[in-house]
Amino acid sequence: MEETGKSTGPIPGWQKFMDNIFLLLALGVVIPTLIYTVWGLWEIMNIPRLPIVP
Amino acid sequence: MANQDFRICSESGLKVYKNAETLIKWNVIAALATLAVGGLMALLVALTRWPSVHLLGLTEYYRFLTAHGVDALLAWILFFEMALVYFASTVVLGTRFRGVVVGWISFALMLIGGALINVIIIMGRADVMFTSYAPLKADPLYYLGVILFAVGALIGFIMFFVNVVYAKRDGGFKRSLPLGSFGLAAASIIGVLTLAHGAGIFIPAFLWSLDFIGYIDPSAYRLVFWGLGHSSQQINVCAMVAVWYMTSAFVVGGKPVNEKLSRTAFVLYILFINLASEHHLLVDPVLSTWHKIVNTSYMMHLAVLASMIHAFAIPASIEVALRKQGFRSGLFEWFKKAPWGNPAFAAVALSILLFGFLGGITGVIFGTEQFNIIRHNTFAITGHFHGTVVAGTTIAFMGFTYLLIPCIFKRQLIWKGFAQIQPYLYAVGVAMLSIGMMSAGAFGVPRRHYDITFSGAPFSFTFDPAIDMFMSMMGVGALLAVAGGVLFILIGFGSMIWGKEVK
Ligand code: HEM
Ligand SMILES: [Cu+2]
Repeated sequence: MEETGKSTGPIPGWQKFMDNIFLLLALGVVIPTLIYTVWGLWEIMNIPRLPIVP
Repeated sequence: MANQDFRICSESGLKVYKNAETLIKWNVIAALATLAVGGLMALLVALTRWPSVHLLGLTEYYRFLTAHGVDALLAWILFFEMALVYFASTVVLGTRFRGVVVGWISFALMLIGGALINVIIIMGRADVMFTSYAPLKADPLYYLGVILFAVGALIGFIMFFVNVVYAKRDGGFKRSLPLGSFGLAAASIIGVLTLAHGAGIFIPAFLWSLDFIGYIDPSAYRLVFWGLGHSSQQINVCAMVAVWYMTSAFVVGGKPVNEKLSRTAFVLYILFINLASEHHLLVDPVLSTWHKIVNTSYMMHLAVLASMIHAFAIPASIEVALRKQGFRSGLFEWFKKAPWGNPAFAAVALSILLFGFLGGITGVIFGTEQFNIIRHNTFAITGHFHGTVVAGTTIAFMGFTYLLIPCIFKRQLIWKGFAQIQPYLYAVGVAMLSIGMMSAGAFGVPRRHYDITFSGAPFSFTFDPAIDMFMSMMGVGALLAVAGGVLFILIGFGSMIWGKEVK
């Protein structure tokens, strides 16, 4: 398979962003962890418990 | 360092280093072996769900259903994905495997963990389904097995990044990863997130099974479990789409019409697809409507957009490539002249078609809060994910195996005629299986249910008689799919052992 971006000139910002797999890794872990997991756990923890549950 | 430890693959022109080759080989072998076990379990379970056969006893049904879920969904898929990420981070880039010992440690952990899980299930100490929802409790060794397997897989995904960093230093690529490898980068990123959730839930469950923790909140368990259970399906989607692009490139020389758009679609997966984990919790009374709607609607549709992009980009790349080869007359000559007899190509075409129409569309519908409530826990859900992870991912991986056998195992396929029909046979079977399940589910037939006639129950209930036809459709589809699966295993292992050597 061929590589893209063989043309000369400045690299477009979006391409720079997509080439940075470690930034993508960080975002890909942080976004769902906050919006799905942390928010969800926070809601669960804020539900008052029935007194019979240990 | 010795320069002799690589060769040039005569089929693809790729540079294959010996150390990567051996590791990829063994991961593929383990994948095929676990698919064979998972397929056997599938046959037994399907013959039990088919009311006119009702094969297994009550306990065995749940036991083998657990084993089917674990072997097919976890083991086959993840072993094959290890092979894929190693392939994409070494062979595709023409570089060696860095830290191959770590790769072997990962393989060993997955092998030991997988074996442990299977033994415990077969011993009857973990009849908990692959979801093992608390408060269902399994033997501690079951959770330990899952943890070992998951740590092994996590190490494998991390090795992808390690190899990519070294490959860049060694000139394997300049600025951007090739598109196929970029897709597997997306898979590896999601893999890290997924397995972090796996640790977050299976380590507490392990401690709880040992009585070190007294109580696990069931709703918190479900929330974090699906951060693993659903996100791992998104590893599969990324890996499958990467296989679509790579196969189209290897077989017909296809190049995406707009590569930046295809990459952007992968970025949308990375950022948003995992929020769809929430669709498993839509009927859960605990979470707020806001949490549900933000996660499954607003965010998930950005990922659906990505799938639509791929679904148009890949057929377009195939069309453009075939037109370049001279199949230009009329609108559809390229389509007629496409290499339908090449099992790798046929598998990808079938995978795109079935994933989109069976798995994708139903996924979007069932993942919507208002619709979810009428399909939740029915057989329709099982029909949906046999459309995604079987008709989509499994068929695509089967097709890629047909490319790896000459390129990595250096063997020609045996039984070429059977290999040609294999993807079609399997696809027709799975399509019938999936449509049968979905239709029966529309009449309310539950999933994970041993006896839908409710014989001996204190109340009586009968389903609409139409379900007999749909359950039989599922049964016949299962037989065809199992036949296609057996053929795949025989051709795969047979070629590795008896295939003529490729020079
Ligand atoms: C020959 C091919 C296959 C057949 C005939 C088949 C059939 C079935 C049947 C009948 C069920 C039981 C549903 C129930 O009773 O609730 C089932 C469940 C399941 N199958 Fe398959 N299957 C096949 C292949 C696969 C593959 C390749 C995968 C994964 C990649 C897979 C993943 C699953 C999962 C995750 C479940 C759910 C288990 C649970 O509810 O705990 N299947 N399958
Ligand atoms: Cu899901």
